[in-house]
Amino acid sequence: MNAITRSVLSHNFRSSCQYVVFRAFSSEAKNINFDDLVKGKPIVVFMKGTPVAPRCGFSNAVCQILKHHGVKDFTSYDVLSDDAVREGIKKYTNWPTIPQVFFNGEFVGGCDIMLDMHKNGDLIKELQKVGIRSALLDAKDNSDGKS
Amino acid sequence: MAVKFQHLISNIININRDFLYLSSANKHLIYKSFYATVKMGDEKPVENAIRTKLTEALKPEYIEVINESYMHNVPKGTESHFKVVIVSSAFENVKRIEKHQLVHKAIQEELDHSIHALSIVAKTPKEWEVSKEVGQSPACRGGAGL
Repeated sequence: MNAITRSVLSHNFRSSCQYVVFRAFSSEAKNINFDDLVKGKPIVVFMKGTPVAPRCGFSNAVCQILKHHGVKDFTSYDVLSDDAVREGIKKYTNWPTIPQVFFNGEFVGGCDIMLDMHKNGDLIKELQKVGIRSALLDAKDNSDGKS
Repeated sequence: MAVKFQHLISNIININRDFLYLSSANKHLIYKSFYATVKMGDEKPVENAIRTKLTEALKPEYIEVINESYMHNVPKGTESHFKVVIVSSAFENVKRIEKHQLVHKAIQEELDHSIHALSIVAKTPKEWEVSKEVGQSPACRGGAGL
């Protein structure tokens, strides 16, 4: 093993140790109340990136589905900007992946479930329950009117 | 035995070599695949473990485990992004979220240590009869190692 390899490997080792220490402290130091983050809001999405600039295909898909239904405003949290939120939300919902979607404080699921609900029409009903009229209903009414 | 050992060593060397060229964002993925390879000593340890554990836990009528890692910004051979298509009568009268949680539970170890992204299509045999459609996974938006 040459000197460069050794130094790179030891650097990797060092930085990974720092990462572990950082994570241990960051999740301990912050006691996040996830009830506060999700309750009292019609739609909350925990995602990677922001709705304007998603940084993961699955998070983007959730935003696109909501947009398709005419949902313009929803609360989103970027888990990449806060490691304590990223790890905490997984424990809160007992769900291992991001994105995670909440309607009226209730956990709905991730990207697969949103896509499923969109496909079989359940999403329109679920949006209605939280007081949002899906834009797809209006699109349907218009086309019905024309025919 | 010697051949197997040699294979293992060459795996480690390859991974170390890949490792040196990686951006810091991807490091933890490499750690994961590195340990998975060393632990199992076969070429698709995570994929095989997912298939075996889900088969044991849910007795599926149909199961497909697809490694979609190639669609993401990770080195060749990485086992990080998966899609699971599983049809089982264990999903009868089970809510959507709970179907997924049954899958999560069966492969908890892999989720904790190896898998970065998991897409699940979980259906009952009846639902599978109605539609055998399996949607395409969304394109990566660069966040693979984040």
